[in-house]
Amino acid sequence: MTVSAETKRSGATESAKTVTITVNGRSVEARQGEMLLTALKRAGIRVPTLCHLENLFPSGACRMCVVEVDGFANLVPSCACPVTEGMSVKTHSPRALRARKTILELVLANHPDDCLYCVRNDNCELRALAAELGVRQRRYVGERRQQKEDLSSPALVRDPEKCILCGKCVRVCEEVQGVGAINFVGRGSATRIAVAFDEGINLSSCIYCGQCIMVCPTGALREQSHIKEVMDALKNPEKFVVVQHAPSVSVTIGEEFGLKPGADVEGLLVAALRELGFDRVFDTAFAADLTVMEEASELVHRIKTGGKLPMMTSCSPGWIKYVEEFYPDFIENLSTCKSPQQMLGAIIKNYFAEKQNIAPEKIFSVAVMPCTAKKFECGRMEMLHEGIPDVDAVLTTRELVRVLRMRGMDFKSLTPQVADTPFGDRSTAGKLFGATGGVMEAAVRTAHYLLTGTDLPDLKVEAVRGMTGVKQARLHIEGKDIGIAVVSGLGNASRLLDEIRAGRNDLHFIEVMTCPGGCIAGGGQPHSTNLNAVKERMQALYRIDREGTIRTAHGNPAIKRIYQEFLGEPLSEKSHHLLHTHYHKRDVLV
Amino acid sequence: MTDVETTQEKTTVVDRILTEYPQGKRDALIPILQEVQAQQGYLSREAIVKIGKHLGLAASKIYGVATFYNQFRFQPLGKFHIQVCRGTACHVKNSTAVLDTLRRELKIEPGETTRDGLFSLEVVACVGACGLAPVICVNGEFYASMTPAKTRRLIEEIRERAEEHGN
Ligand code: SF4
Ligand code: SF4
Ligand code: SF4
Ligand code: FES
Repeated sequence: MTVSAETKRSGATESAKTVTITVNGRSVEARQGEMLLTALKRAGIRVPTLCHLENLFPSGACRMCVVEVDGFANLVPSCACPVTEGMSVKTHSPRALRARKTILELVLANHPDDCLYCVRNDNCELRALAAELGVRQRRYVGERRQQKEDLSSPALVRDPEKCILCGKCVRVCEEVQGVGAINFVGRGSATRIAVAFDEGINLSSCIYCGQCIMVCPTGALREQSHIKEVMDALKNPEKFVVVQHAPSVSVTIGEEFGLKPGADVEGLLVAALRELGFDRVFDTAFAADLTVMEEASELVHRIKTGGKLPMMTSCSPGWIKYVEEFYPDFIENLSTCKSPQQMLGAIIKNYFAEKQNIAPEKIFSVAVMPCTAKKFECGRMEMLHEGIPDVDAVLTTRELVRVLRMRGMDFKSLTPQVADTPFGDRSTAGKLFGATGGVMEAAVRTAHYLLTGTDLPDLKVEAVRGMTGVKQARLHIEGKDIGIAVVSGLGNASRLLDEIRAGRNDLHFIEVMTCPGGCIAGGGQPHSTNLNAVKERMQALYRIDREGTIRTAHGNPAIKRIYQEFLGEPLSEKSHHLLHTHYHKRDVLV
Repeated sequence: MTDVETTQEKTTVVDRILTEYPQGKRDALIPILQEVQAQQGYLSREAIVKIGKHLGLAASKIYGVATFYNQFRFQPLGKFHIQVCRGTACHVKNSTAVLDTLRRELKIEPGETTRDGLFSLEVVACVGACGLAPVICVNGEFYASMTPAKTRRLIEEIRERAEEHGN
């Protein structure tokens, strides 16, 4: 196979021209035209922000980042101030500090004093800022907004009273995800973030990606917690409680226990889950291998029989909902494969239950996921099997961290353990699912094998790796020319779909991940997630793959066994019954 | 049956209005909203979704813009549309008490319509009848020098009238 990559680099390269500015009396190098805040950050000078979002157009709404700039009478928001040669800046002058503190005190005027009970109390940016700026009393008392929590959705909860109207959620939802489920509504003191018609978010176009939770500086947005359900099941002797963990979790969760970003703690994670009392610990990456087998076969089948192309991946539930709402004309393009979470759920409650002689309704199946949309996915009607859900509860990485802390577990000092057979054995291809491009790479490896009977000489498919939002390449396998694209962030997906709607027809297979960068940057990941951590997590997945012994789904003995013993072959009747599904157009307030 | 018919009717009205703005420019949003409300009395969900598709704007955004202005409502007008004047003269003569009475009696906020569809409430800037302050206006008819007690009686009367008609 040969690969020709046509990787598009998103984001214009900044002009290289360097300028020198003076910050707090010392000179600092900066790039002409970049925002002052960016230059300060590079120079290691921290100016607090509340509304700033990396890589998006500055909104200048919160004014928390104000600094003194010579020649300007007023304080200047550094996030929205382009650097110019010779500029002289004071970032922490008494005047700037006083202004920030006053701004914060005004923000706090109508804020509930709920820190003790708040889900964000250990990582709230507002609370941290109040500490940093030395706010020790309530100087302004504003009328408290009285708004009910929005508990209407299966994935996220909105608590408007804790909202400080920074607008980050609105911008991420619209500009990054292309959804626009929420917006500023009303005016003056009645301004709020709301869904159209002030409805519950369940009636909106929200795809439950949780990216708004990731950027929210406060406890105004959080996941719909499944901790209680899981704890109840764990202490119920009648229940057989199994857990699966997604590929991205083991390269993330260590950070919350003091390890460097990118540390892989698979063994510790398995040990911790056992310690919590789960009867079996499985690896979602096993089901990712299964997904690859089914999906690669489906692709080959579609190409050979003139089926609907380009085929699009279906592992990311936010993306599925997005297509159902915004692009229903592409539903047939979606692979019929369930996501790895749901495949494993179905396999556990059927194959495993039967083998172990456990009644499926006695099994409580938990999934640890980097994702809030997975909570929605597990409750979808399509994911019930004779009335029993394939997966009963989903804990985000964040929730698992909370549970482990609650149990006082000294995570780092546990002795690493290996997952249970048979669904603990995975290839490293399945593990790659955690990063954008991973599904594609895994599928290409297996599709190549299916088409040629041999493995790719070098299994690595460089063209689909990395953080870039849109990656495209052409594969030449046995005289076949196959166009592939890998997209993360639904704004990017939407642009690609528009091209296809307008007639573009050179693509055969498209991987879409809802969250920019893939699951390693999912909406259920720890709040400490930043671009650097995401890149490290990605490298960790590549390292695992590089060092792995089984690097293809079709080469995974556990996968071979399940086909021999149970499923028959990919796309068999049994596979269709358990591992595939269909999606439907959805009417919501778009 | 009637529901379906009304929906279809609404749809065509909005469609017709949208054809007057073929380029789908976003600065046309306010005029479009005004026209739709002028013709239908309010901004329905169907209308907002439709306008959004035409202009490439999310429904939440249109709702956000529309709620920024006082003039838009999102529920159909009631059989009896009550406008409460909040001009300075009325304010001085305690129109607040009148408005509060209406809120309590009807259990709705300005911009809303009662569930039975009988009443809708709106707050308007000066209606130019300052001599009658505080004044309210029901389906175009003025009621002068309102007090909470008079307001309650008026509502009572309207309800009774409606009941007779209903029977
Ligand atoms: S959002 Fe932050 S400041 Fe507000 S109650 Fe929660 S922890 Fe405290
Ligand atoms: S979960 Fe995603 S789609 Fe829903 S409001 Fe948040 S950012 Fe928007
Ligand atoms: S919900 Fe959070 S992110 Fe959105 S405006 Fe409020 S504080 Fe900001
Ligand atoms: S961070 Fe600069 S104005 Fe909010």
